[in-house]
Amino acid sequence: MATAAETARQGETETIRRRWLLSAPALIIIFVAAVGPLFVMLAYSFMARGDYGDVKFGQFSLDGWFSVFFQRDVFDDTVTLAEAHLSILWRSLRLSLITTVLTVILGFPTAYFIATRPRHTREIWVFLVTIPFWTNLLIRTFAMQQVIRNEGVINTLLRALGIIDQPLQIMYTDWAILFGMVYVYLPLMVLPLYASMEKLDFRLIEAGYDLYAGRLSVLWRIVIPLVKPGVIAGSILVFIPSLGAYVIPRVLGGGKNLMLGNLIEMQFGSGRNWPLGAAISITLMVLVMVALLFYVRNASKSGAQHG
Amino acid sequence: MAKRHFDIKAQPGFAFLAILTFAVLYLPIATLVVYAFNASDSVSIWGGFSLKWFVEAWNNSAVQDAAWRSLVIAFFAAAIATSAATMAAIATTRTEPYRGLGFKYAFINQPLMVPEIVTAVALLIVFSRLKVWTGYSGLGYLILAHTAFCIPFAYLPIRARLESMDLTLERAAADLYATPWMTFRRVTLPLLRPGIIAGFMLAFVISLDDVVITEFVKSGGQDTLPTYMLGQIRRTVTPEVNAIATAFLALSVVLVTAFFFINRQKT
Repeated sequence: MATAAETARQGETETIRRRWLLSAPALIIIFVAAVGPLFVMLAYSFMARGDYGDVKFGQFSLDGWFSVFFQRDVFDDTVTLAEAHLSILWRSLRLSLITTVLTVILGFPTAYFIATRPRHTREIWVFLVTIPFWTNLLIRTFAMQQVIRNEGVINTLLRALGIIDQPLQIMYTDWAILFGMVYVYLPLMVLPLYASMEKLDFRLIEAGYDLYAGRLSVLWRIVIPLVKPGVIAGSILVFIPSLGAYVIPRVLGGGKNLMLGNLIEMQFGSGRNWPLGAAISITLMVLVMVALLFYVRNASKSGAQHG
Repeated sequence: MAKRHFDIKAQPGFAFLAILTFAVLYLPIATLVVYAFNASDSVSIWGGFSLKWFVEAWNNSAVQDAAWRSLVIAFFAAAIATSAATMAAIATTRTEPYRGLGFKYAFINQPLMVPEIVTAVALLIVFSRLKVWTGYSGLGYLILAHTAFCIPFAYLPIRARLESMDLTLERAAADLYATPWMTFRRVTLPLLRPGIIAGFMLAFVISLDDVVITEFVKSGGQDTLPTYMLGQIRRTVTPEVNAIATAFLALSVVLVTAFFFINRQKT
C-alpha cells in the first residue's frame, strides 16, 4: 500500500516536472522579450541621463522620476509642477474616458441589435464587426485621416451641401484623436457586449412587460443590469489601449496634441532623456494596472452575485 | 381582427444607432479603397478609375523589400509562437489546478496587459545595448519580439480546442500500449490540428499588423510594410499608400475569413 502511494506521488512529481518543461519555451521567450525588459526599464528610470541619450550606467539618480511631475527653473532653481507633462497626462485620461463613453453609446445598441437578429444572420453581423477588428490599426487610422482631412469626405460633403464655406479643421486637433480612437476601438466594445447579450434570457424581458414596465425601465432595470459584466469588460478593453495610444495621436493629432505614448517616444528620440521616458512608461503601466485591478474586483463581485 | 404585434425585443432608436455604427466602421475603409483606384495624383480629387497606383507600388523596390520582410518575420514569429503555445497549452489544460498554474497564465497573457508603447521602449533599451555588445543587428530581434507578443494569441484557440477534448481517447491509446509520444503524434495532435492552425493564423495576422514594437526595435533599413507606411503617411500622401493599404486589407480579410470558417467547422 505504502509503495503504491509512493509511486503515485512520484508519478505526480514527474507529471508536474514535465508540465514545467513543456511550458518553458513560452515562458522563456516572454521573459526575454517582454517581462525582463520591463525590469531593466524600471532600473533605467533610476539612473542618471546620458548626454546623448541612453543612461550613465549604474549611476543612481531620481531626476527621471522628479521630472515626470516637476520642473526646475534653469535660472533661480525654483521647483514648479511640470505643466506640460500633467496636461498631456490629463489629455490622455480625458480622451480615453470620452472614447470609452462614446463606444458604449454606439456599441451597446449595436450589440443589442445583433443579439436580437434571427440566429442564422447573427453570425454575419458579428463577422462584419470582426473584419475591422482584425484590420491593421495603422490602415484604419490612415482611413480615418482621409475622412476628416480638410479635403476629406466630411468636409467635401458639407461644402457640397452648402453648410460650410471654409473646411472644418478637424485634423491635428483633439477631435481628430477622439474620432480615430472611437473608430479604431469600437469593435473591442461591441464584441464583449454581444457575448454577454447573446446569453440574455428574453423571458425576463417579457415578464417585465407583463408587469407593465415601459421600454425604458425594461432597458434600465432588466437589460443593463444583466449585461453589466459585458459593459465593464468592453470598457476595460477600450480604455486600456486608448490610454496607451501612440499611432492614432501621432498620425491624427500631429506634433502638438500629444498623448502619453508620444511623450514617451519623445524622451527616447529628440528629448534624449531615457530615465524620464522610462519613468513615464512605468507611470502609464501603473495606470493600466489600476484599471485592470478595478476590473478584476468588479468582475469577481458581479460573478459572485450571479453565481 | 388584426392585433398589433408587440415586439418585446425592440428598443427605440437602437436599430438606427446600430446602422450608424456599421456605417462608421465601414465608411473610412471604403474611402481608402476607392481612392486606391484613383487615376489622379491626389487623394482628394477623383480622376477616373485606374490600377496605376497598384502597379507603382508593386514596382517600388522599397515596398517589395518591406513586404517580404513583413512576411518573413510573421512566418517565423507565428511558427515559433505556435509551437511554444501548443506545448504550454498542453501543460496548462485538462489538469487539476497545481502550484504555478496561475503564474503560468499570468505570464503567458502578460503581453496583452502592458501597453504596446511601454513594451516597445523597454525592448529598445535592452536590444540597443545587446546590438552594441554582440555586434549583431539582424532580423532576429524583430522575430524574437514578435514571437513574444504572438504567444498569447496563438495560445487562446489552442487552449480552447484542448478544453473541448476529453482524455478518453488518449487513455484508450495508452491502454493499447502506445508510448506517450505515439499517443501525442497519432491522437492528440490530429485532434488539436484546427486549434493549431487557428492559433498560427491569429499569430501571423498579429505579427503582420504590428507597428509600434517594430518601429522601436528595428535597425536601420529594416522597415516592415506597416512601418514603411507610417513613414509615408508622415510625408506627402499619394494614392500609392492607399494601394498598399488596400492590398494589405485584402490579405487580412482573406485570413480572417479563413479563420472564421476554420473556427466554425469544429462545432
